[in-house]
Amino acid sequence: MSCVGLVLVSHSEKLVEGLAEFLSQVQKQVPIAIAGGTDEGELGTSMQKIKEAIESVYSDQGVIILFDFGSASMSIEMAIEMLGPDKRIRVADAPLVEGAYAAVVQASVQSSLEKVLASAEKVNNLQKLG
Amino acid sequence: MDFTCGQIKSWLLNLSKLIQEKKEELSLYDQAIGDGDHGINLARGFKEVEQLLKETEDGDIGALFQRVSLALLSKVGGASGPLYGTAFLKMAAVCKGKKALSLQEWGLALTEALNGLKMRGKAEPGDKTMIDVWEPVVDYMVRAGQDLSWQKVKDIAVQSMEKTKELQARKGRASFLGERSIGHVDPGAVSSCYLFQTLADQLQKGE
Repeated sequence: MSCVGLVLVSHSEKLVEGLAEFLSQVQKQVPIAIAGGTDEGELGTSMQKIKEAIESVYSDQGVIILFDFGSASMSIEMAIEMLGPDKRIRVADAPLVEGAYAAVVQASVQSSLEKVLASAEKVNNLQKLG
Repeated sequence: MDFTCGQIKSWLLNLSKLIQEKKEELSLYDQAIGDGDHGINLARGFKEVEQLLKETEDGDIGALFQRVSLALLSKVGGASGPLYGTAFLKMAAVCKGKKALSLQEWGLALTEALNGLKMRGKAEPGDKTMIDVWEPVVDYMVRAGQDLSWQKVKDIAVQSMEKTKELQARKGRASFLGERSIGHVDPGAVSSCYLFQTLADQLQKGE
């Protein structure tokens, strides 16, 4: 059985590159794809890049998307619409770094899509200083 | 009278030229209350639109709008990419297979675009967004029907854009500024105003 895939979306390519590097050190078996910056590598988000990232890690287990802020959510919505209604894709309403960390840990034990999503969103209540 | 694919291509080309020309100005408005990239982003997206206009032969208006949408979605980068991308995609659905558009069909296409913008941006009139230009303009166009005056379309677009100055932003980065967003026009309202001004200029000529 495979793991839920993760897609990290940011206005900055470097930001998600670093995050993906960090996460793959935590858990190697979870498929992670990034979609950072525009097609030209400038700051922003690209519907096309996001769509390709989702496709690259998609399996029957589904895909969780985490994003940095603002308009990234609209590009993500459009990418999901383009992929069609039958796909198991969920967007986590959670901080990118902390949410992705929680998601990758939960996904690594082959948890369901809903469970991985819940873990990612649980960090909304996280107190970082104990 | 009906408006042809050629006229629509001329409109899009004029819109792109205006956006390239006003690139710095649009970004300045955006620096005041947003993230300062509206002009650069739109200029980049519409450069791509210019390119596809050269490559697209006159014919299916829906297919043309579909290509414009995809160009904006992949090239713009900021919030205006998915917003204008959605608007053109909704128009594409209404105009599918059509070689010319009647005034009534324009009204229908723009109404769908407006609904798409509201859905995508989760914004309503009064939020200090491009909706504050789209809603009154489209509302007028649908109500006016055959009695439509293109001058009136332009007047409503400019007045509605200027009115966004008085509003407090409730969407996007400007919303973090709270009351400090008052006194500045919304950059998306300005670029939407350009869209309707160039559309009106072009279609006025065709009458």
